[in-house]
Amino acid sequence: MLYFTRWRALAIVATALIVCLFAVPNFFPEKTVQGWPKWAQRHIVLGLDLQGGSHILLEVDSAAVRKDKVEAVRDDVRRVLRDARIGYTGLVARGDSVEVRIREGADAQTGLSKLRELSQPLGGLLDATGRRNLEVSDQGGGLIRLTVTEPAFVDRIRQTVEQSIQIIERRLNELGTVEPTIQRQGVDRILVQVPGLGDPQQILDILGKTAKLTFRLVDQNANVEQALQGRAPPDSEVVYGSQAEGKQPYVLEKRVIVSGEDLTDAQPGFDQRTSEPIVSFKFNTNGARRFAQVTQENVGRPFAIVLDNEVISAPVIREPILGGSGQISGNFTVESANKLAILLRAGALPAKLTPIEQRVVGAGLGQDSIDKGIKSSYVGAAMVVIFMLVTYGLFGLFANVAVLINVAMIFGVLSLLNATLTLPGIAGIVLTVGIAVDSNVLIYERIREEVRAGRSPINAIDAGFTRALATIMDSNITTFIAAAVLFYIGTGPVRGFAVTLGIGIITTVFTAFTLTRLIVAYWVWWWRPKTVPI
Amino acid sequence: MRLLRIVPDDTKFDFMRFRRISFPISAMLSVLAVFLYFNHGLNFGIDFVGGTLIEVQNKSGPADLAKMRSTLSGLGLGEIQLQQFGAPTDVLIRAAQQPGGEAAQQAAVQKIRSALGDEVSYRRIEVVGPRASTEFLATGTIGLVVAIFAILIYLWFRFEWQFALGAMIANVHDLVLTIGFMSVTQIDFDLTSIAALLTILGYSLNDTVVIYDRIREMLRRYKRMPMTDLLNVSINSTLSRSIITHVTVTLALLALFLFGGQAIHSFTATMMFGVVLVGTYTSVFIAAPMLIYLGVGVGRAEAPEPVEAVAEART
Repeated sequence: MLYFTRWRALAIVATALIVCLFAVPNFFPEKTVQGWPKWAQRHIVLGLDLQGGSHILLEVDSAAVRKDKVEAVRDDVRRVLRDARIGYTGLVARGDSVEVRIREGADAQTGLSKLRELSQPLGGLLDATGRRNLEVSDQGGGLIRLTVTEPAFVDRIRQTVEQSIQIIERRLNELGTVEPTIQRQGVDRILVQVPGLGDPQQILDILGKTAKLTFRLVDQNANVEQALQGRAPPDSEVVYGSQAEGKQPYVLEKRVIVSGEDLTDAQPGFDQRTSEPIVSFKFNTNGARRFAQVTQENVGRPFAIVLDNEVISAPVIREPILGGSGQISGNFTVESANKLAILLRAGALPAKLTPIEQRVVGAGLGQDSIDKGIKSSYVGAAMVVIFMLVTYGLFGLFANVAVLINVAMIFGVLSLLNATLTLPGIAGIVLTVGIAVDSNVLIYERIREEVRAGRSPINAIDAGFTRALATIMDSNITTFIAAAVLFYIGTGPVRGFAVTLGIGIITTVFTAFTLTRLIVAYWVWWWRPKTVPI
Repeated sequence: MRLLRIVPDDTKFDFMRFRRISFPISAMLSVLAVFLYFNHGLNFGIDFVGGTLIEVQNKSGPADLAKMRSTLSGLGLGEIQLQQFGAPTDVLIRAAQQPGGEAAQQAAVQKIRSALGDEVSYRRIEVVGPRASTEFLATGTIGLVVAIFAILIYLWFRFEWQFALGAMIANVHDLVLTIGFMSVTQIDFDLTSIAALLTILGYSLNDTVVIYDRIREMLRRYKRMPMTDLLNVSINSTLSRSIITHVTVTLALLALFLFGGQAIHSFTATMMFGVVLVGTYTSVFIAAPMLIYLGVGVGRAEAPEPVEAVAEART
């Protein structure tokens, strides 16, 4: 146990040293580190509880996504049957399925086989699981039911989340936030973490809006009173104006002339005559052409600009708008115009996002936490170090050296993993200091016992190590299991604790098996002790 | 230099006899803890019941809690708790979960912020909606159960099943007592509490495993030593290590408790109780003696060992 070949000794020291060296970039200012090679730039990331920032968990409105999906199937059914010139009645979307009745018995088989074509394998041709997006079943009497499968829903929700993440990324970039991280969580969640920013409300405002913009004609033939009672013409619907304007109802055509997807740019500005804040925009070629055509045909009629199902303004078309650009006005403040411009530039979210968890830490509290974390670490480490010296003397010193290297290695591994350090994470390190010496205590107490049992010093040390190491392994694995579970279930600060605890256990076992042994081995080899001084 | 010896070299405490006292005490305390849990409850934080938590710092000197309370209670947000948090300028505001789904929680924050205005700066705002809080509670509970079973399985591989079972009973006992402690003190029970409970589980087992390792070693070496003696010798010979390790862990936790700040106060307090008080007691007085009842060493040809062997084992 006490014999090391020169190469092994060298390998151990080199490993420890290299791992420790990875902690170095943390002690230099970021500017300096940026000039270093890429592999040397890895460093510990401070958690949001230490540097301040916002942690927002958003949930995609899956119910709405499911409903959209079923309605899309309904529209497909309509299209397919029309194209095949098959008469049908009672086309409805009900829950997860669409039902339709083929009118003529003679068409039933053709209709069924046409509709079967809508059922596609999921995940393209390479997916051999045989799952399909639709289950088409003949209910008899010409009634056909198409049920959207669960995997198809999940697929769609995943896509929605992917798209939302891209949009959020664009919006946050437009807002000028520094290094936001946006991740999917589970099936229908998105975790947005933005360091530094003081006011989370700004982010929530930016993320909470779907920003679906449409330009639609006002249906002047419809009677608003009748429409409000639920008797709007089939191709029109009631949309209300903004709260600020008293929620005035408008009857709008369902047909969309141009939508936000056809915008190429949007900028905040001021109206030249009234100097009110406005948002000016540009259409792409496609949008410009359609807008020109519709305005040409409808001079004198009002059209509405609708954002997230709310009419922002409903100006009258005075002359055809051919240039493909225009402006939106409507009770904006400078700030809200700016925000709308950002939203329009970044594009609309495919579904509504609801914040279900939000945690914000101000930079001041973060700095306080860092200071307290550092202070408690120093005090804790100092007390442990002194106690070990008083209890084990020279061997206590060995233990302290091992613990010191241990902590440096924890920082090294954290840097290597670009791990996040949180306040509970610091607590984890302090706790590791208290626990790391345990491996030394186990070894030393065992050596004491072996000495008392009458072994020679070298024999006792050797036996002490041999017997204690098995115990150290067993006892640390139990804690490691707890840390692993914690890592898996925890988020944010708690996960930070699991990380440092877990890494601390690994480095502790490493130092106990190698460094402490190496130090003691060299001491024995150097001094040839007659007694063991513990 | 003379070194400190907290535990004398040759202790011979009869821990096994003490089990006639420690087992009833533990049973009683466990029942009490369960009773407290169901009658007194835990002080669930917003992580598990949802709601809003805002930490503010008064800009002009110490905060006037009474005035703030009257300002906030007029908002119609239900019960609002105010609590001084660390410094006299700092106040922790807690509003219960608002009826009306996720959006209502956000609206509550807005109301509180506009009511307090510019007199305070916001150090921390946390909002946990109904859905997230339900899930946190579920994952937290599942996590604890998974950890207990994962450790049980590991111990089962490394030891005989009696050891695994003994360790698990001992450690569920630890968790139960710690939860009782949290109920008595009404410490905030949030996600970090789950972290504390899992750590207690890990370390308390760490301790138990060290003693069990020794017992296993003794079982192999002294085939005929009476079980009671064998357990006693095992506990006594690891006693010094148990105490010293707990001193170092206590020192580390004490530093965190005293200087780590309010944010991890309940976390460290729980850990001190669980690791330091209960954990040590359990491994010595519960986990090891329990092996007798679980039938470890049954079927050994117990007979007085040769005198020298016992003497050697006891030293």
